[in-house]
Amino acid sequence: MTTKQFLDNLTINTDLACDVLTRFIREEIGKAGFGHAVVGLSGGIDSSLIAYLCSEALGPENVLGVRMPYQSSSQESLAHAQMVIDALGIRNDTVEITPMVDPLFARFPDMTPLRKGNVMARQRMIVLYDQSAAFGALVVGTGNKTEALLGYSTLYGDGAAALHPLGDLYKHQVRQLARAMGVPQVIIDKPPSADLWPGQTDEGELGYTYDDADQLLYLLIDRRYSLEEAVEAGFPAEFVREVWRTVRRCHYKRVPPLIPKLSHRTLGIDFLYLRDWGT
Amino acid sequence: MQLKLGLAQINTVLGDVQANLEKHLAMIEQARGQGVDLLCFPELSLTGYNLQDLTYGVANRPEPDNPVFAPLFEASRDLDLVVGFVDEDNRHRFFIAAAYLSRGELVHVHHKVYLPTYTLFDEGRYFAWGEEPRAFDTRFGRMAILICEDFWHASPPYIVWLDGADYFLCLSASPSRGMDDSDRFSSARWVERVTQAYASLFTSFVVHTNRVGFEDGYNFWGGSIVYDPDGETVDQAPYFDEALLTLTIDTDHLHRTRARLPLLRDERTGLMTRALARISEAPIR
Repeated sequence: MTTKQFLDNLTINTDLACDVLTRFIREEIGKAGFGHAVVGLSGGIDSSLIAYLCSEALGPENVLGVRMPYQSSSQESLAHAQMVIDALGIRNDTVEITPMVDPLFARFPDMTPLRKGNVMARQRMIVLYDQSAAFGALVVGTGNKTEALLGYSTLYGDGAAALHPLGDLYKHQVRQLARAMGVPQVIIDKPPSADLWPGQTDEGELGYTYDDADQLLYLLIDRRYSLEEAVEAGFPAEFVREVWRTVRRCHYKRVPPLIPKLSHRTLGIDFLYLRDWGT
Repeated sequence: MQLKLGLAQINTVLGDVQANLEKHLAMIEQARGQGVDLLCFPELSLTGYNLQDLTYGVANRPEPDNPVFAPLFEASRDLDLVVGFVDEDNRHRFFIAAAYLSRGELVHVHHKVYLPTYTLFDEGRYFAWGEEPRAFDTRFGRMAILICEDFWHASPPYIVWLDGADYFLCLSASPSRGMDDSDRFSSARWVERVTQAYASLFTSFVVHTNRVGFEDGYNFWGGSIVYDPDGETVDQAPYFDEALLTLTIDTDHLHRTRARLPLLRDERTGLMTRALARISEAPIR
């Protein structure tokens, strides 16, 4: 299926989005006592856009983009990340993770590609958090709303960050903002991929396109459609059930670890303060 | 009469009353320098908005010997002030409140009567519901304070209009939500639409002071604005930036508009009262 019927509803005013998101990055990093951002640059659209937003918000000299290839990572990914670095003039480094993760892969020779992918994502998190300490920065995450709803991320891997500026934008909206901010067209046009193994694409793994998922999720989440109403709106019933099952099953990735309530006041349950408490 | 208004569109430090007080005093100093007669701050301007469990530690009484209010009372000798704060009554109920101070004295305290407790809001979890929207006399005319959700409902503005308010002082900490292809969030469009409608329907001045800045992922959009009794925009502060908007209104505008458009004269309060009495006897349909 490919419907375009609801794509217009996902149109955003990119000037407004850019304005609010750059203010968010600047103010929230500032209130945490920092002035710098660290971004893992994969060469994909999400991390490229984050680099553009951080550079706009903080100035390119205050943004560190880190490329973290594994031996099987595509050269194209590296080249695309370099295009972003060159276009923005941000600080940058390249940290090869192969020698960090290969010993673990060797210890467990039967490790599946999924496990390896998670190990790589978490190793990159370790590098980014270490660089954030060295650079006096916060790690800015690249996750978007579609990815978070479909659980298409690694818990404590690429999901780990101080801020997720794109966390309330669907992939279709990420593309709009990326175009408006001047992210290189080749990065916007290529099929999204976690690049955890050669030939991997997000849409190949998910089994449907981001545009289809975005439109359905928009109706179910933002417009509060029931599953039945989404089917009536033209989405195949099996697709609707599958997407919603995925949203439910990966919800654990979107909430903090559970704490059993014992006392009168329990963290996260009835000890409630914003992170911005006192700032 | 010319009345110079100031709208203090500020960001706040969440839960740090002293830091927010200092910002108030700096804004007041700036407004005094510009000859402002009445300076309005946004909702919960002394405390920040998403207080959650901070609520119980940031309350102050609007009394001259209260250390937070003392400098505000002092400052109000030169210009009238509307400030947002958490009020704790003598039975230890906490209210989202705003105080009108003038010439070193407390003129009026409003307790927010509608506490949004849905979607992104959780006010009813922490705060007690105010009981009475009402108008009060000031040295410039009869006014009323309404806080955010108070004017998302039509009844409080209508009540204070009938109670004699010609100036609606609306205070908000209005979070942005609903991004689409417009240049403003849908929440901003909604608030501007209804506040402008009140100016038109009630042939009154509407002064809306909103805050800016972030509290975690919540963003406040600013755009503080004044509408005249014809429902036209007098002036507006920028979106998202801190600002002191100052402007002069001509209070005789009320005379001119109401001579042309006697909606207040013709309002049938008795009809309204009878209808409400009948409806309140029956369950809500």
